[in-house]
Amino acid sequence: MKKAIHYINQFFAGIGGEDTADYEPEIREGLIGPALALNSMLDAEVTHTIICGDNFMGSNKDEAVKRILGFLEDKEFDIFVAGPAFQAGRYGVACGTICKAVKEKFNVPVITSMNEENPGVEMFKKDIYIFEGGKSAAKLREDVKVMSNFGNKILKGEKLGSADEEGYFPRGIRHQVWLDTEKTAAERGVEMLVKKLNNESFKTELPIPKLDRVPIAAPIKDLSKANIALVTTGGIVPIDNPDRIQSASATRWGKYDISNIERLEGGVYKTIHAGFDPAAADADPNVIVPVDSMKEYLKEGKIGKFHKYFYSTVGTGTTQAEAARMGKEIVEELLKDKVDGVIMTST
Amino acid sequence: MVKEIERAGIPVVHMCNLIPVSTTVGANKIVPTISIPYPLGDPATPKEVQWKLRHHRVGVALDALTQDVEEQTVFKVKI
Repeated sequence: MKKAIHYINQFFAGIGGEDTADYEPEIREGLIGPALALNSMLDAEVTHTIICGDNFMGSNKDEAVKRILGFLEDKEFDIFVAGPAFQAGRYGVACGTICKAVKEKFNVPVITSMNEENPGVEMFKKDIYIFEGGKSAAKLREDVKVMSNFGNKILKGEKLGSADEEGYFPRGIRHQVWLDTEKTAAERGVEMLVKKLNNESFKTELPIPKLDRVPIAAPIKDLSKANIALVTTGGIVPIDNPDRIQSASATRWGKYDISNIERLEGGVYKTIHAGFDPAAADADPNVIVPVDSMKEYLKEGKIGKFHKYFYSTVGTGTTQAEAARMGKEIVEELLKDKVDGVIMTST
Repeated sequence: MVKEIERAGIPVVHMCNLIPVSTTVGANKIVPTISIPYPLGDPATPKEVQWKLRHHRVGVALDALTQDVEEQTVFKVKI
């Protein structure tokens, strides 16, 4: 029987939530959490489960990868599976990171799954098979099923379809294929051109990915005369959260007057972000929105003005479309108030 | 959000821990922070150490706003 190894995070291992996100990499014999589902659907025995805290992987990537590759050195396995990670950003990036490293070192097939909004998709889809998964753990069994079906095809040596046919994010790799149609490329090309000229819809055979890059704004010439604002996705708000910003998948943002305070005090401000352990930021919110440091630079004269509001929302689970809309709304305020530069902090 | 701010012509620095995420999304100026739950001050260290680290990195971010860069840049921090 073929063998598989499964990577999951601390949450799905049942170790704990954000308070244990620093959990160090560990390998255990047997099945933990989603590995049970994988083992029941994959035509291979899942012999080991690897567990790593999302923050440990995020903040100590090289160390985490080194230790996990070390665990795997004396193990036999035919396929490596990570996740599914759904819309959990750090988990998705972790799954992508470890899959890519395992593929490079051991040259075995690697598979993971995440939602299209997960930043891990954009970062790793060129390197590995990432299947399009659900938004939350409610889709766990379905997402594992999709990965297993594809894994079974690989293990049996069956013919693999294109990204569209199989359901993984296109890797941007071109394959030579024999089409069932007898039409040559020239004929198909001319057909598309004719359709285009007639304003009819057609489907290109070579989609060109569009990268949204923003030109770099002109730098500030004289910082000592500039008005600088702080913006955060770390969810710092006054303790009663007056704008009722959501703790995840935010659609609202707030602005808070800091002109008369020297620093953000714990107990007066807190974080409502549901994507990390809030203990440190609740005790000292300046670790996310560094008002104390900015006030000092204002006093020193390094900056001319410290904008009287800071702007805050929550970045976890928030879709790119919502983030862009909130960004545009905040920009209107910044332009109106003649802000010259922004420091944005993210968690 | 970083991109919307920069699209409006306002120079912006992204201070974050997951640098690869920030570069993939398209932030142009990035200053690293030390972790996700406490980007600018490790609660396991004394207050003065946290302050030094925070003040240094915010200073790097402010200087980054004045830098003329040609491409995505991750600025170096000393502490």
